[in-house]
Amino acid sequence: MPPEIKQEGDDSMSIVEKVLEGDVRAVARLLRDIDDQVPSTRSILQQLYPHTGKAYIIGITGPPGAGKSTLVDQMTTYYRKLGKTVAILAIDPTSPFSGGAILGDRIRMQRHFLDPGVFIRSLATRGHSGGLTKSTHDMITVLDAMGKNIIIVETVGVGQGEVEIAECAHTTLVVTVPGLGDDIQAIKAGIMEIGNIFVVNKADREGAKKTVQELRNLLEMGKKFRMETGATNGWDPPVIETQAHKGIGIDELCEAIESHREYLTTQALDELKKIMVKRALHQFSETLKDELFKEMMRRMEKKGMNIDDLAAKIADKEVDPYSLSRSLIRDELKEPESAV
Amino acid sequence: MSQERKLRVLIAKPGLDGHDRGARIIARALRDAGFEVIYTGCHQTPEQIVQTAIQEDVDLIGLSILSGAHNYSFPRIMELLKENGADDITVIGGGIFPLEDIPKLKEVGIKEIFTPGTKLEDIIKWVRENVKPRRVDAA
Repeated sequence: MPPEIKQEGDDSMSIVEKVLEGDVRAVARLLRDIDDQVPSTRSILQQLYPHTGKAYIIGITGPPGAGKSTLVDQMTTYYRKLGKTVAILAIDPTSPFSGGAILGDRIRMQRHFLDPGVFIRSLATRGHSGGLTKSTHDMITVLDAMGKNIIIVETVGVGQGEVEIAECAHTTLVVTVPGLGDDIQAIKAGIMEIGNIFVVNKADREGAKKTVQELRNLLEMGKKFRMETGATNGWDPPVIETQAHKGIGIDELCEAIESHREYLTTQALDELKKIMVKRALHQFSETLKDELFKEMMRRMEKKGMNIDDLAAKIADKEVDPYSLSRSLIRDELKEPESAV
Repeated sequence: MSQERKLRVLIAKPGLDGHDRGARIIARALRDAGFEVIYTGCHQTPEQIVQTAIQEDVDLIGLSILSGAHNYSFPRIMELLKENGADDITVIGGGIFPLEDIPKLKEVGIKEIFTPGTKLEDIIKWVRENVKPRRVDAA
């Protein structure tokens, strides 16, 4: 066992170097390993982590068919004209029945396929809820380390509660289109609360002005609440009209993103810090949960305990999941019995 | 927990051919078989297809073609894969091919050619038997 680990370390060293040099094949393969939860990726990520923090991360979320991929395509063109390199993570849903997925976001991004300054990766949710994949945060680490200036994360088409994107992006765009429902939809909790910038795409459609007005009203009402809770001070989320397929409104949108970046990096350093801490907390707690779970599984297996057998026992009501988990953890961690 | 690698497939349509019904049906069938299928739409150049395959780290490329230009685009794709050190990716073709072209395409490295009338089950069975996801630590 030990020599194997050493070999793994040597191997990972060269992968780290390749990633830092921006080697596309090495990055692509590493992203696959992360998605497939290959254990050796942990030590690679560990080495890449100090090289991160330079990229600007933009999240884009909204309902299916709102035009997210087309917006990403247009934004990419905008940033490439400025000479910035771009990485895109585009997420589509996994079938809960077959486990398969059709990843079609690239269809809208064809013109960037041959640009070495653009890296596109399509991802399937693989059962993860929240709008992202379990692997998204670690993939951002890799793309940041490879030196991409801008990382755009396009969530799966979301409904109302998928807000995880706000935990990894510096600027979150919420995209909507005219005619999705009455204004009560907009005052529900969830994704309407996480946008730093709102985009009304397909703005040439009937009802666009009404949608924009409803959003502005909502944001105005929310302003007092945001200021009282200190959630944001001094940033009023703008509502921007776009027609992504024609490239209309893209300059305005990207300028709004730049204003938000400027706001974060000059006026609202505490808010920026909050975003970074939130992201770090998420990564840390997810990794900890994962490692603990894996460690427990390893130990249980060693003792000949099988998780499927235990699940069957729980289903038969021989034991309940609460006391079983607690007793297993207590035994393994050698903690004195908790008073609670 | 240790999770099996998910097979990733690129379904692409090279060249000036806008008839993608077949490609979409195949993409759907492969999805239902549990694979992750990247679909990039029509009018792809060999260069675009190869770059996509590399960035997406796929195990299999399925080329759908009805235009008759396979004798150019298929060998070109194989050449580019080799140039980019990505010739470990399995490539198959589907569509309309004169029978005499098939051996030539196999000679340049296309693993299998599926012609009209092939059952979806047979394609999936072939993929399961002949394409294995990249091994862990082969990088």
